[in-house]
Amino acid sequence: MANQEILIEAKALVKRYGDFTAVNGIDFQVRKGESFGFLGPNGAGKSTTMRIIAATLTRTSGDISILGKDPEKFGPEIKAHLGVVPQTDNLDNALTVEENLYIYGRYFGLSKRFIKPKIEELLDFAQLVEKRDVKVEALSGGMKRRLTIARALVSEPEILMLDEPTTGLDPQARHILWDRLFRLKEQGVTLLITTHYMDEAEQLCDRLMVMDKGSIMAEDSPAGLIKNYSTKEVLEVRFGSDRNAVIAPQLKEMCDRIEVLPDRILMYADDGEALLHELGQKGLHPLTSLVRRSSLEDVFLRLTGRTLID
Amino acid sequence: MILDNAVSIAQSRRGRFAEGSYSGRSHVLLERSLMAFRNSAWLAVLSGFFEPVLYLLSFGYGLGHLIGKIPLQNGHVVSYAMYIAPGLLATSAMNGAIYDSTWNVFWKLKFDRIYQSMLQTSLGSVDVALGEISWALLRGFAYAVGFMCVVVPAGLITNWWAIMAIPSAVLIAFGFASVGMAITSCFTTFQQMDMINIAMLPMFLFSGSFYPLTVYPGYLQGILKALPLWQAISLVRDFTLGMVSWGILWHVLYFTVMICFGVTLTAKRLTKLFLR
Repeated sequence: MANQEILIEAKALVKRYGDFTAVNGIDFQVRKGESFGFLGPNGAGKSTTMRIIAATLTRTSGDISILGKDPEKFGPEIKAHLGVVPQTDNLDNALTVEENLYIYGRYFGLSKRFIKPKIEELLDFAQLVEKRDVKVEALSGGMKRRLTIARALVSEPEILMLDEPTTGLDPQARHILWDRLFRLKEQGVTLLITTHYMDEAEQLCDRLMVMDKGSIMAEDSPAGLIKNYSTKEVLEVRFGSDRNAVIAPQLKEMCDRIEVLPDRILMYADDGEALLHELGQKGLHPLTSLVRRSSLEDVFLRLTGRTLID
Repeated sequence: MILDNAVSIAQSRRGRFAEGSYSGRSHVLLERSLMAFRNSAWLAVLSGFFEPVLYLLSFGYGLGHLIGKIPLQNGHVVSYAMYIAPGLLATSAMNGAIYDSTWNVFWKLKFDRIYQSMLQTSLGSVDVALGEISWALLRGFAYAVGFMCVVVPAGLITNWWAIMAIPSAVLIAFGFASVGMAITSCFTTFQQMDMINIAMLPMFLFSGSFYPLTVYPGYLQGILKALPLWQAISLVRDFTLGMVSWGILWHVLYFTVMICFGVTLTAKRLTKLFLR
């Protein structure tokens, strides 16, 4: 992946709205075939960055190029390179599933002859063959998302951009969607994903950029981030909400690092079970305890001092 | 030449006029409107045909019976139904265009986010503005033809100039739709949208559809003549009643200005809303 051609390159990218800085001088590169994720809480600047890439928002300063082109100079061309799946579905409710795919291709200027066979392929991909003549309004949330993704693929884009692709979907619908996205990745489509879900980032992304308040906090593969910013395991203990804060100083001496959350304390160590055993020996008996592997949530907590979904 | 690659299609527009905001594909919006029309909107469109016909029956024949003949400026005398028919045609062209370009556009803008989806493709804001307005224009054309099919057999049209009422209705619809969409793109709430209705009703009642403006004092006549509906009614009436003069060109100019203003403002607003 590292020797693949660079598709997107941003240098000192800034976006300000009046006094508010949404994106504060970020640099990044996305390579061909990569699945690149922007991870961060709401308001971190992920969607703003996506919109600048998609040529639907102008930047305040800095440089960005997509396939070597500046989106502010070559807007329509950039948009032809991209498939966009926005945060909120914007399907055409007056049209059927099939018509939505057809007309979207027409917006790019593609011919009927080209679009017709493409529709069959995409309906199959989105598992919506039986729904082709149904009006979009009648679809479930998961189906709408799959249709939005299929629609973005009509123009055979080199880069597919997904803004919070599974927000608001039930677990089953999320897994179907992940499976579809994974197939695209296997076909070599470059994916750009924003998410505030850790599991999603771990499932789909080769490389992640952790963002908070418009800045990049860290950038690496999911495993690399966990390795660099967290321990191998985490011990979660609860002593009851009033005692957590009292016991915290004692726990702090026993491991690399702790995080005191309102309802529980996270203790970072390479061997969680051993740490739990040690607690017992010191006469500290938590109400509940759990040993788990470190996750991106822990990385985020370490980097920003906050949980992802406030 | 048929290109079947979105990028080459976009590249072929390089260096053309307004390449960032116009791709020369406003007709695909008409294609969309036709599909939506087939699916459900046809009922609403059909009601726009009956509106002027019902007014004509009620006022033209009902009330007209009591009113009798109306003398024109050129010395001719016409029946009341003949007098109001052009006013009703102009009004229905206006209503169809306004309904399409205000409430329908507001819905697509705010709730369906259709323009957002269009502008994330290689379409430009001028394509979207022109495409949506052209649909209103097509509706104006259809209403005018439909209305003619009623008034000609009814004997309310007696001269050949009346055929010009059809392109006039298209021009009127174009003007109202452009300005209607421009205003709608500036609005954000339902309350603001209601203001459009509040402005439309008095304009309809007092702009001379049912009686000549000469009943008003001079200053009021001046104000009403500056309003687009009076301009529209005069344009159509001059043709249907055969009162053709070079003065008609002023009405044409009025609508041309409306169209230029409306299309430009709409494209600017769409750019501001979706492509900041």
